[in-house]
Amino acid sequence: MSVYENPPADDGGPTGFSVRQVVGSLGESDWRRLGGCMFAALVFALMTGTSGNAQHLTAGVTGSLFKPRVVVFIVLGLALWALMTTWTRYRDDIRAGLEPFRKTKAEITGNQWVQLGVFAAVLLIAILVPPLLSVFWQQVLVSQIGIFVLLAIGLNVVVGFAGLLDLGYIAFYAIGAYTAAYWTGYPDSKPGHISPLPVHPPFHLNPFFVFPLAVVVCLIAGLLLGAPTLRLRGDYLAIVTLGFGEIVRIVINNSESVTNGPRGAFGIPHFSVNFGFLKYKWTLDLMPYWYLLLAMIVIVFILFRQLENSRVGRAWTAIREDEVAAAATGIPTLKYKLMAFAIGASTSGLAGVVFASQIGFVAPDNFVLINSLLVLVYVIFGGMGSLPGAVAGASFLIWLPNELRDYVAPQDRFIYFGALLVVMMIFRPQGVFPSRRRAREIGLAEAGAGGADAMGAPDGVMPR
Amino acid sequence: MTAPPVEQVDAVSGIEDPVVHVANLTLRFGGVTSLADVSLAVARGEILAVIGPNGAGKTSLFNCLTGVYVGEKGTISFLPRPGVSVPLAGRKPHRITQLGIARTFQNIRLFNALTAIENVKIGVESRQATGPIGAMLRLPRTRREERASDARAAELLEFVGLRAQANRLASALSYGEQRRLEIARALATQPALLLLDEPAAGTNPAEKVDLERLIRRINVEMGLSVLLIEHDMRLVMSVAARVAVLNFGRLIAAGAPAEVQRNPAVIEAYLGAADDEGGSGAAPG
Amino acid sequence: MCFTHSFWQLTISGLSDGFLYALIALGYTLVYGVLQLINFAHSEVFMSGGFGGLFAVQALVGSKTPHGVASVMYVLLGVVVGAIVGGAVAFVLERVAYRPLRRRNAPKLAFLISAIGASLFLVNIAGKEFGRLAIPMPNLYTNGNVFSVFGAEVQTNFVVIAIAAALMLIFLDRLVAKTRLGQGIRAVAQDADTASLMGVNIDRVISQTFVIGGLLGGAAGFLFGMVFNVQYNMGFTPGVKAFTAAVLGGIGNIRGAVLGGLLLGVVENLGVSCVQSAWRDVIAFGILVLVLLFRPTGLLGERLGRSA
Repeated sequence: MSVYENPPADDGGPTGFSVRQVVGSLGESDWRRLGGCMFAALVFALMTGTSGNAQHLTAGVTGSLFKPRVVVFIVLGLALWALMTTWTRYRDDIRAGLEPFRKTKAEITGNQWVQLGVFAAVLLIAILVPPLLSVFWQQVLVSQIGIFVLLAIGLNVVVGFAGLLDLGYIAFYAIGAYTAAYWTGYPDSKPGHISPLPVHPPFHLNPFFVFPLAVVVCLIAGLLLGAPTLRLRGDYLAIVTLGFGEIVRIVINNSESVTNGPRGAFGIPHFSVNFGFLKYKWTLDLMPYWYLLLAMIVIVFILFRQLENSRVGRAWTAIREDEVAAAATGIPTLKYKLMAFAIGASTSGLAGVVFASQIGFVAPDNFVLINSLLVLVYVIFGGMGSLPGAVAGASFLIWLPNELRDYVAPQDRFIYFGALLVVMMIFRPQGVFPSRRRAREIGLAEAGAGGADAMGAPDGVMPR
Repeated sequence: MTAPPVEQVDAVSGIEDPVVHVANLTLRFGGVTSLADVSLAVARGEILAVIGPNGAGKTSLFNCLTGVYVGEKGTISFLPRPGVSVPLAGRKPHRITQLGIARTFQNIRLFNALTAIENVKIGVESRQATGPIGAMLRLPRTRREERASDARAAELLEFVGLRAQANRLASALSYGEQRRLEIARALATQPALLLLDEPAAGTNPAEKVDLERLIRRINVEMGLSVLLIEHDMRLVMSVAARVAVLNFGRLIAAGAPAEVQRNPAVIEAYLGAADDEGGSGAAPG
Repeated sequence: MCFTHSFWQLTISGLSDGFLYALIALGYTLVYGVLQLINFAHSEVFMSGGFGGLFAVQALVGSKTPHGVASVMYVLLGVVVGAIVGGAVAFVLERVAYRPLRRRNAPKLAFLISAIGASLFLVNIAGKEFGRLAIPMPNLYTNGNVFSVFGAEVQTNFVVIAIAAALMLIFLDRLVAKTRLGQGIRAVAQDADTASLMGVNIDRVISQTFVIGGLLGGAAGFLFGMVFNVQYNMGFTPGVKAFTAAVLGGIGNIRGAVLGGLLLGVVENLGVSCVQSAWRDVIAFGILVLVLLFRPTGLLGERLGRSA
């Protein structure tokens, strides 16, 4: 195929290698990878470029792609491709070389004392640093990071431990918040007795007790929703929970006489403790709420950690791996799925109550589908089935857009999150800080052994 | 190809203390009849082997016994203790396991991402009462049960000869070791009746000998009744007290191994008509 | 009953919505048939068709409302461009978000999450590029009353949608039943492993299935935009409703998707006359939940492989 009869000697010239040699050695998958990287580069150029609007529909595309800036992205794409190709070529060698480091790392991170140490260190930072931050960041900590970390830990039990995809997770958050709004009202309308909702409770409840009550209500709601739906196949479950989440939001939005409709509930009192000797009233001050949230997160984290390492956690893993074998080994799969669902729902409800009591206000707009998806993104990114992963994932993915708020418009962050989900699923489905077990499962599932989630129909067996 | 007409084979009478009694079980999938009017009983404490050509309905029988399939006709009664009869129709698989029937699978279904001992612990824990609250708070009872689960799982691994592999991932074990692990996991659920689905498939001769010994020990030392599907005739002859033969979903012979081996219907089932090629080496004798 | 006095009017508008749901539902059902996957991002394929048609029409239609043959030409152009854009987006979607996962044998959950990610991405990039406001399409014809049926007025919009949809549905039916490609789709839907042993190129069939679904969804997007508006998030609600329709009819079942779509459209319109319009979406979501709980195989059952 050569153009020359006697092609010139390819000794590579002064650099020792020739472009021709390199290009000649590329295989089909390498070219495909190049195409992929170029595509990614252009998409990234589009994502970070100018925006259009209804009057100038093509402004975004022309401004992002048909300008000199696109060259930068193409170069980045080429660099990425070079990296990926080198990795593919020398993957085994690189892995072999890194093996001793990997072993030491695994030994260190697996060590109980190291884990405890990291936990203590993070806790210490979480206690000491926040008062030193700006008001903006304190706000982010309390109303975003704290709440979403709690939500992520809860969803991690449902998606990560039990392998059930719940896309209506935010519905329980709503139920928790509105339960709080209801029970902190007064049976009458005497002056000073503000009821956040148009409907009044039969008696007034000390705000302290509203927390556990809302959690219990959400637990029951989780059981009620789960009982009929958890028998469904994984993807159907996802859609049913999505439908349920939307139904809850629309019902709340339309039932003005009960929930005050789109205007939402106002005047939810702050959390307070009132036991004679122990009196403390939370206010709009951010730091006390932060410490309250932190305490809850720590408690919930520890509780779920114990759960993970108990028979319950093992049963969930068995169900995820091979539901048929799990049932054959005596595990009542539906009961355990319900358990996970209810625990997740209660945690979501708890987050809802804390949020409602801190802000003092709650409205249907807080419960849009995107929030369920956001929590899912945090859990997936951090690592499905990994409690520290959920905490880290949520914290990082909330911190990042806030840090970049001058560069990326807030609603644009979903572009990145969406792309992140796809990329993570292709390259690192186990997440950034995976639990070792989960990483193993995914690896094994990809090699054809086992399920790694409660999604597939049990194979080799006719459905009942 | 339809099955040749056979007189009803008796695999039930004479069994005074059955641990499970299958009566006139019929299972159909669309146009295919997987089990046709099968009746048999397993005596308490015996090892009964079920043999037959591929597709004869053996695994379907197991699946009916464990609640995975529900037969169109017939009944299955399980007697965990003498005199206590529990009908199995319509019960969910995990309920049946809790009643006392455990099984292994033809194509080994272990929890691959868990270690050997964790696999067995799951079996042990199916009998424990710890719930989510106990687990979260690590109540005293939970901690006791966890220790008991560790101990019992270790015992069972010792019993099947896998003590040294306790902390290895199930997927990392050899084929023979995986089979034994699956048996240990089944034993962990404290069954009265153990169903083994082709435990010798894919094992080498040395492993087969170990398996024979293990099955006998399970039967004698633990007092379990065993229902065994197998193609390996040597194993069957060696451990089984009685043999039942299925062909095209029908029971065509039942009795002592030596008798069954000589039964012309059985020979024909395996070797087919006179001009067919010899069987896969799975023919009896 | 609350809907009896304008029953036929409501049924007509219900069928109009229903045709659109049917076209979108086919995309879900076809992909589910071959991959056992809910293509969460199909609603964005629909949306892209709307924008594609919008661009085409905006570029060519002047300030005056055309009529007669010109109208037909413009509608045809819009449908074709919408379909092509939809097909293209679906093609890329399959290549980028699903094929790599199939290559590495990813667990089912990964597919669903990737689908959600793709959907999130497409909605928001559309919002960034085209703004977040609703954009009306230039009028392609004057929408008036064409004829009446049982006292109900039938408008041009309905006629256009009905004819366009019917043609596409007939085309699809023949495609799946009679052509090699259709055979391939049915084979893969029934048993992918055996189909590949029989020489069917699974990758190609899957890609083609996505494209066909995308063509239909994109065309529906244009029609939707023509009658209502085009907007970056126009896909979500019709998408969920179309999925409901697909499940209602029997997921994987092509005729089921059509039946489900029409039925859902009619029931929704009749139902909405009984309650305030704010509850409109709850009707569809409610049907979705009820169908999945009580009859997940749908009205016509789940078989793409059996009866196309």
